[in-house]
Amino acid sequence: MLTTVVEKLKSQFPSGVLEVKEFRGETTVHIKKEDNVAVCTFLRDDEACRFDYCSDICGADAYTPENRFEVIYNLYSIPLNHRIRLKVFVDESDLHCPSVTGVWPGAEWPERETYDMVGIVFDGNKDMRRMYMPEEFQYFPLRKDFPMMGIPNSISLPRK
Amino acid sequence: MGLEHVLGDTAMTTTIDSAINWCRKNSVWPMPLGISCCGIEMMAFAMPRFDSARFGAEVFRFSPRQSDLLIVAGTTTYKMATVVRKIYDQMPDPKWVVAMGACTSSGGMYRTYSVVQGIDQFLPVDVYVAGCPPRPDNLLHALMIIQEKIQRGESRSTPMTVAAERAEKQQLLQIQGINN
Repeated sequence: MLTTVVEKLKSQFPSGVLEVKEFRGETTVHIKKEDNVAVCTFLRDDEACRFDYCSDICGADAYTPENRFEVIYNLYSIPLNHRIRLKVFVDESDLHCPSVTGVWPGAEWPERETYDMVGIVFDGNKDMRRMYMPEEFQYFPLRKDFPMMGIPNSISLPRK
Repeated sequence: MGLEHVLGDTAMTTTIDSAINWCRKNSVWPMPLGISCCGIEMMAFAMPRFDSARFGAEVFRFSPRQSDLLIVAGTTTYKMATVVRKIYDQMPDPKWVVAMGACTSSGGMYRTYSVVQGIDQFLPVDVYVAGCPPRPDNLLHALMIIQEKIQRGESRSTPMTVAAERAEKQQLLQIQGINN
């Protein structure tokens, strides 16, 4: 358990940290969506944290009436060799989430991927285009209500 | 023809169509489209162990404008379909298409929203090769079938001979029920 990191986070953001979980040596911290960028900047710059590498960002769909979506940040510190996972709830009524591209420029593409698959819009990301799916595609394939075989005729094929 | 009588054993006669077809079938120039793991087997097909040169198809062209056999070797996604079709359209007539492997022929194990469930949805396919991935000898067999088709003057792209064209038109008319 990253005791020092979690304690520092809690003292720095008393209302921002919602929940801390540990499972098989992996620490997960639930944070408030509004404090997203501040928490990430703190984790990057603090001497005891130094999370300089944002290894992945992904989205999850729990398909619940409240707090349906989650954005998950997997962070790694190259100098201190420790990892932490941050989670942010995104409700279906407001699909916006602050972008962390200002903290780690490399977050741009993982955020695009999350937008493409789950449909969460990252405010502040300058390049919110689709990543895998065609530009004119209107659905988000990793949502639970998306059928596995897709929606017929939603992607055009060349004429035979 | 009475010409053999005059010429004896010094010459043989044939129709120009079958002579051209015979030349064509022994110099098929494939356009490789190795878009996933089938591409590895397609490379083995061209290498000395399996050696497509035995059938005159060793000249892999990486330009569609110089080739007449399109080997689609791999999973074709909806996004890639446009590219595959564009390459096919750039090839000069007459041309043939081999759908290599389960993914290309039917979507294979990718029963999902992003993969085209068979390239025959947007391309006229001549031969389907089964396997995941197919062995190179399997692809050689496909090439032999293509050669037979070429000798018979069959092409899904454009009718090669006047006779084939006439036959295809007849068939079309019969399908449409305007038989005359």
